[in-house]
Amino acid sequence: MRRRYLGVAVSLVAVALLALPGVAFGQDPALDRIKDLKGSIGEAADAVNTTWVIVAAVLVMFMQAGFLLLEVGFSRMKNVGAGVAKIFVNFSIASLCYWAVGFALAFGGAGAIAGDSGFFLDVGSTAAEAGKQFPFVGLYGIDPAAFLFFQFAFCAVSLAIVWGTTLERIKFGAYVIYAIVFSAVIYPVISHWIFGGGWLQVNIGMQDFAGSTVVHLLGATGALAALLLLGPRRGKYTGEGKPRAIPGHSMPLVGLGVLILWLGWFGFNPGSTLGIFGDAAAGIGNRFAEVVLVTNLAAAAGVIAAVATMYGLRRTIDIGMAGNGAIAGLVAITAPSGYIEYWAAPIIGAVGGIIVVLGVLAIEKLLDDPVGALSAHGLAGIWGTLSAGIFTSPRFAEFNAVGEGGLWYTGSFDQLGAQALGVAVTFAAVFVVSYAVFALIKATIGLRVSPEEEDAGLDISEHGMYGYPEQFISPEEYPGGTPAAPAHAPATVSAIGAERPSEA
Amino acid sequence: MKKIEAYIRHDAFEPIRGELLEKGFPSLSISEVKGSGRQKGVVEQYRGSSLTVNVRPKLKLECVVEDKDMSIVVETILRHARTGDVGDGKIFVLPVEQAIRIRTGESGEEVLQAHPGAEIPA
Repeated sequence: MRRRYLGVAVSLVAVALLALPGVAFGQDPALDRIKDLKGSIGEAADAVNTTWVIVAAVLVMFMQAGFLLLEVGFSRMKNVGAGVAKIFVNFSIASLCYWAVGFALAFGGAGAIAGDSGFFLDVGSTAAEAGKQFPFVGLYGIDPAAFLFFQFAFCAVSLAIVWGTTLERIKFGAYVIYAIVFSAVIYPVISHWIFGGGWLQVNIGMQDFAGSTVVHLLGATGALAALLLLGPRRGKYTGEGKPRAIPGHSMPLVGLGVLILWLGWFGFNPGSTLGIFGDAAAGIGNRFAEVVLVTNLAAAAGVIAAVATMYGLRRTIDIGMAGNGAIAGLVAITAPSGYIEYWAAPIIGAVGGIIVVLGVLAIEKLLDDPVGALSAHGLAGIWGTLSAGIFTSPRFAEFNAVGEGGLWYTGSFDQLGAQALGVAVTFAAVFVVSYAVFALIKATIGLRVSPEEEDAGLDISEHGMYGYPEQFISPEEYPGGTPAAPAHAPATVSAIGAERPSEA
Repeated sequence: MKKIEAYIRHDAFEPIRGELLEKGFPSLSISEVKGSGRQKGVVEQYRGSSLTVNVRPKLKLECVVEDKDMSIVVETILRHARTGDVGDGKIFVLPVEQAIRIRTGESGEEVLQAHPGAEIPA
């Protein structure tokens, strides 16, 4: 296990700390000095690891901005404000629910199904104390608050993915109800199975380093359940059932959103090392830096593959698909990022990029998924999880102490089978629960706004205001007088005429 | 010749356009307009204050046809634009004195719609 980190941390930091003043000396200077140093170094290693986890968590939190801009850019102007309100409220609900309930279910013990302690986490406890309740906190020696915040940021990402399919027609109330169930129960239980020492991780040996399945497939599965009950946006399909494009209003916003997500992924995958000290003696150095590079290689390959695939099919350099390709590459590399050698990363990312294009084009015929979440997070998430079963390097499987080497190295289908089982179980469990929750919402408060409200746009009908008011309110009705004439308007004849001297 | 000017809801346009095309009337213009009528305005809530917006967005559809075709076009618009709720809009019919095709300079009723037999792209 990665307990090795701490041992190696001692040797790595020793030199630096020797130079520091303020180390206490005891009665037996030589012996006490070594003891104190070991204690200080351990604490210093914990502090540095905690700092890295917080930095990574903040990067993952910033991905909310990426989802916001991506979804807003893919929406029409009448629905942009709704996306903003949604991100704020969902993130906040999840913040509270995950702290109160979710974290305990995910990491509060080593039960096969769920944890059972640590509700309303008391962050005052030290790592050593907390380790008794939360095996993972003790194992990595990071501050329990940092660990909770990092894991919560993942939960919030997964929840954000759910809503990608529901844009421009879902009722705001549906967000609130599902967000509570999702962040308190659905996400924590599944993440316990795969991240928190639950049965898929321990008994099956499923490898999911940062959550191709836990975060992305899980979110996309919730998104599918919502979409099946919600139906397409008005006008998406012709009378004969042929899909029509409903272009989003801003490709620059989509691009900015994708880039922010890409940036956030450098917290998402590398942060899942939960520290920055590596075992140099074993030839496995600072894994977090390697994971950064692996992540970027896959994203780049995803873009190139998606653009090339789309160009092959339609002879256009598709802007939205380039972004989807980046996301698909990143989603795909999330599960194997801590398990593979560099060379496998572009392959995994490129296949993700091809899958997302074919997936979007195929799903479009049946289901209205405005941002391509089912393909980019669902199909690419499945591929990424399976790819670990193919490309996992035996030395990293041993290092992470989960599963074994992939098909490429071992010639055995064992790991691939474990990955497939994890995907199937996660999909089935999340789909059944999510479908039930959304069906309940549909039967009670309703899942979808009325056709009139949908036509008017969610901004004015659900939120009482426009996201882009000047698109919908004529200048004459803006308080404070009529704005100046637009730049393209010609000067009026009377204005020119007024300059002329009158002729008698 | 008559000019038909219809103020309609946005979502009525696509079915109207489709049926007019089928019936041989591909030539029309639309513009985004804002106006008021019996339909109430929208109250925008902005950070605790409100702003009443009295004019609402509509589409203005304009189409010039021969006298004998006027009722076909009007009837088509009526059928698709009517929801029965306040805010469906209005149709005005105006007389037109002359029509000239700019490309050829020819004038009269024959310039109003597509050439007979000319291929009409869907």
